[in-house]
Amino acid sequence: MADSDDRPDTGRRAVLECMAWAGGGLVWTMAGGIPASRLIGAAHAATETGFSFVQISDSHIGFSKPANPDARGTLKTAIGEIAQLPEKPRFLIHTGDISHLSKPKEFDDADQIIGMAKLDVHYVPGEHDVIDEGNGKAYLERYGKAAHGAGWYSFDQAGVHFIGLVNVVDLKSGGLGNLGAEQLAWLAADLKDRSASQPIVIFSHIPLWLVYEAWGWGTKDGAQALSLLSRFGSVTVLNGHIHQLMQKVEGHLTFHTTMSTAFPQPAPGTAPSPGPKLVPADKLRSFLGLSSLTVTHGKERLAIVDRTLAAG
Amino acid sequence: MRNILSRRGLFFVGLLLFAYVTPATAETARVTIDNFAFTPAVLQVKAGTVVTFLNRDDIPHSVVSEGGAFRSRALDTDESFTFTFAKAGEFPYFCGLHPHMKAKIVVVP
Repeated sequence: MADSDDRPDTGRRAVLECMAWAGGGLVWTMAGGIPASRLIGAAHAATETGFSFVQISDSHIGFSKPANPDARGTLKTAIGEIAQLPEKPRFLIHTGDISHLSKPKEFDDADQIIGMAKLDVHYVPGEHDVIDEGNGKAYLERYGKAAHGAGWYSFDQAGVHFIGLVNVVDLKSGGLGNLGAEQLAWLAADLKDRSASQPIVIFSHIPLWLVYEAWGWGTKDGAQALSLLSRFGSVTVLNGHIHQLMQKVEGHLTFHTTMSTAFPQPAPGTAPSPGPKLVPADKLRSFLGLSSLTVTHGKERLAIVDRTLAAG
Repeated sequence: MRNILSRRGLFFVGLLLFAYVTPATAETARVTIDNFAFTPAVLQVKAGTVVTFLNRDDIPHSVVSEGGAFRSRALDTDESFTFTFAKAGEFPYFCGLHPHMKAKIVVVP
């Protein structure tokens, strides 16, 4: 609430510059804490001893406003991009806002399009996915049968522990995203007996870190979740919701948000509201995209390659 | 004769309808949602006022009372929610999807 929250700090401004470059077809790779950019054509995933996966987000199937009259079409493009990746990903993570209005037809269409990737998909809901009459019942029946509570869960892949959290239900007035006591207790138990050397990838819809309070871009009790992760040597935090790239590194924690496949949103504080950002139709795809993440055993950080839909 | 009767009948039906949809004392007011904000942020109305909340954004919003007095479903673009504020008091509310959006209805006797 302090004045300083009203405008991006220097670090954030630096990230915004990165975002502009990413829009132009550059990618970012994190290795040893030093971000380096290179042209997408030069991107390669050298991983004899690791694996890669892809994060997509904010597909908003059902959205048809001027910012993108064809959210289905751009999701199809994104799924098509996955086949172009130099290394076949093991699975997809979708960080929420699959649908625009939680309608069965929107979920059906999303499933049909995402299914074309022929990969397992691990979902967490966005706030647009839990606005059915049952406040999220439709989402849980479709995607969360094996999950806990409002849809949180964890799984392991080749030694890496993945955790999907839900921070879009039971939101409180004036607040941010919300995990709640029950989910935090589950998380503490889930992490309790794990070795600090096990790499952790934790994902949710709304950023777990405070990106911009005035627009609600953060999670009220996100710091409690992150404190449970502080003893781990490699933690990657993946989010969506803000429809733009943002990245920062704090010690062993790497925070990364990915682009939407549907429409961009303005950088923090640069518009009267976080509503859809209207860009020229022929530029839209350079504001949309997905992220490919590569785990290399023995390396602390994942290599993250952001790819716009204009890259193809 | 039949004609007169039916005309008279229509007149009474009309009168009843009028009384039903526009109670003589009911006042109306409107809150609009633009750019992720409720306008006006504070609306003062008399008890019994029917308030319509209209979403004009490209993104769905909802109208949720902090005290549980009312809760809309998600309103898509140009959809509205109507609630009659029968009792005096202060009714703070927010958007269930974007809870940083806050506003208040003040109902006076």
